[in-house]
Amino acid sequence: MSISLIMFIGFVALTLLITFWAAKRNTGASAYFAAGRSITGWQNGLAVAGDYMSAASFLGISGMICFSGYDGFMYSVGFLVAYITVLLVVAEPLRNAGKYTMADLLAYRLSPRPVRAMASLSTLTVSTFYMIAQMVGAGVIIERLIGLSFAPAVIGVGVLMLVYVVFGGMLATTWVQIIKALLLMAGAILLSYLVLQYHNFSLATFFDAVSKADYAGTAEPKNLLEPGLKFGVAVAGPWGPLDLVSLGLGLVLGTAGLPHILVRFYTVPDAKTARSSVVWAMAIIGVFYIMTTFFGFGAATILKKSLILTETGAPNPNMVAPILAQELGGELFFAFISAVAFATILAVVAGLTMSASASFAHDFYSNVIHHGKENRPGAEVKVARITAFVVGAVSIGIAIFLGPAVNAAFLVGLAFAVAASANLPVIIFSVFWKRFNTTGAVAGLVTGLVSAIGLILLSPNGLFGKAGAPFPLENPGIVSIPLGFLAAYLGTILTPRDLEAEAKFSELTVRAHTGLGSEKATAH
Amino acid sequence: MSEKQTKVEWDRLEAKPEFRALLSRKASFIIKATIFFMTYYLALPILVGYAPELMKTKVFGEVNIAYLFALSQFFMAWAMAFVYVRVASKWDREAAAVIADVK
Repeated sequence: MSISLIMFIGFVALTLLITFWAAKRNTGASAYFAAGRSITGWQNGLAVAGDYMSAASFLGISGMICFSGYDGFMYSVGFLVAYITVLLVVAEPLRNAGKYTMADLLAYRLSPRPVRAMASLSTLTVSTFYMIAQMVGAGVIIERLIGLSFAPAVIGVGVLMLVYVVFGGMLATTWVQIIKALLLMAGAILLSYLVLQYHNFSLATFFDAVSKADYAGTAEPKNLLEPGLKFGVAVAGPWGPLDLVSLGLGLVLGTAGLPHILVRFYTVPDAKTARSSVVWAMAIIGVFYIMTTFFGFGAATILKKSLILTETGAPNPNMVAPILAQELGGELFFAFISAVAFATILAVVAGLTMSASASFAHDFYSNVIHHGKENRPGAEVKVARITAFVVGAVSIGIAIFLGPAVNAAFLVGLAFAVAASANLPVIIFSVFWKRFNTTGAVAGLVTGLVSAIGLILLSPNGLFGKAGAPFPLENPGIVSIPLGFLAAYLGTILTPRDLEAEAKFSELTVRAHTGLGSEKATAH
Repeated sequence: MSEKQTKVEWDRLEAKPEFRALLSRKASFIIKATIFFMTYYLALPILVGYAPELMKTKVFGEVNIAYLFALSQFFMAWAMAFVYVRVASKWDREAAAVIADVK
């Protein structure tokens, strides 16, 4: 425990130094919200990867692969493939035509007030769900790792994250993310190496052991390499396979609508760098998620059941990776992996707060309330700092209220579903469809938001429990994503043409595809 | 936004034949690439969900089609990124030519 604590303190001290350095450079809105657009391709690639490899990914997916075998690995696949959507469709137009938030692109040629108000609501919803999931995870893990109880652990994470965001802005948040991504990759590589060493560096021995692993979920050994342990008809019922397809759709289309990922593309100097940062991110994320098979399956082949089950005999998925580290690398490695998990949570929560507060300050305060007149310099940054406090306090409150028992994966799923159903259709139509109008944008955002949340509430994870759920799928994407697109389409064609928006389409097209007139990096 | 940028004749630039040609090449690539990767990707959950016995077929030792197909998705994504970056840097030069007279 004491080594863990020293490593935690070391990480916190380092990040506070970065925040102090960044705070001195925070002069003006572009510096605060977009790190002065000075981040390079590989740096942003690491930051994007860091934002993405959350505690839910690292701890959650290793646990899922350990307990559900191959079906858990399906998440890993979707998480990487999703970046093709980001690369082909979203990153470059967003960088070229926007300033600080996702809504900048949407409001470019549509009526700014209704579109920004809805986009801001959707951003806050996605970020809050995601953040509560991380906070709950943080509370549980810190409780186990350094013995702090749930509520103080959550408050501690919240306060640190606020220090990064309020004083350090996007620059500090980005560097915290970069350092954490490097630590996480180092930990994952070492963990995979130790698993392979355990199996004498023979992939054949490794996969042979996986196929005969002492499957923790049932009495008898199962072949973890075979699909179906989570979504198969025998386990999940007749809707299982369709649920798997729906999950895949949500993952692949949700990432390109996650506000805290999208805002990262504003921190680089131009669209070409945005593109190269996606490629860097894909390289890092891909290697990481391939490694999840080593430590996920590895845990199943190496750890005794008693180590990864709770006292009542239920699976304890979040602790699989740290316990595997302890088993293979001893106390020091356990402390390192625990500190990395802690760093991951802090960094991701800070990134989420940053994007939520930027959206509220830039979209809602400056553009909806003050009609886009930036007549008081500094007001936007001030409002963002206050919003960060509010968002942080609300999330801490909700996380403590819900307590450690809430299902973190459920909340993350909700965030992906809303992002895919509400945000992505509107982003795509506003860049690629001339006729698209304000009613279509608002209809798409509202329908996507309401249908994704509504279907999850009606799902087996929702209000009515497993038996009484009116909607049979846990993942709403296969229904809510088409609904989001359909509503955006119908809202547009059933209302009169917006000639002003169509006239501005040529401007948006030239900007999005050439970068002419895009926001420039500020000189330091 | 400075006043210099508001003078840009967006409509004239957008109407340039070389810009129109660039847009349609871009659109055609993005549509084809999206159809390809979505089909390749969705084939995985569909086959795993609806043809589990086929996917359990062992190829090397204990390694089955399901695992190999999942692993191939990573290489598909990387290959896609590689191809896109090559094509896009050609587009960069064409886009720069379109706006050369404004800069």
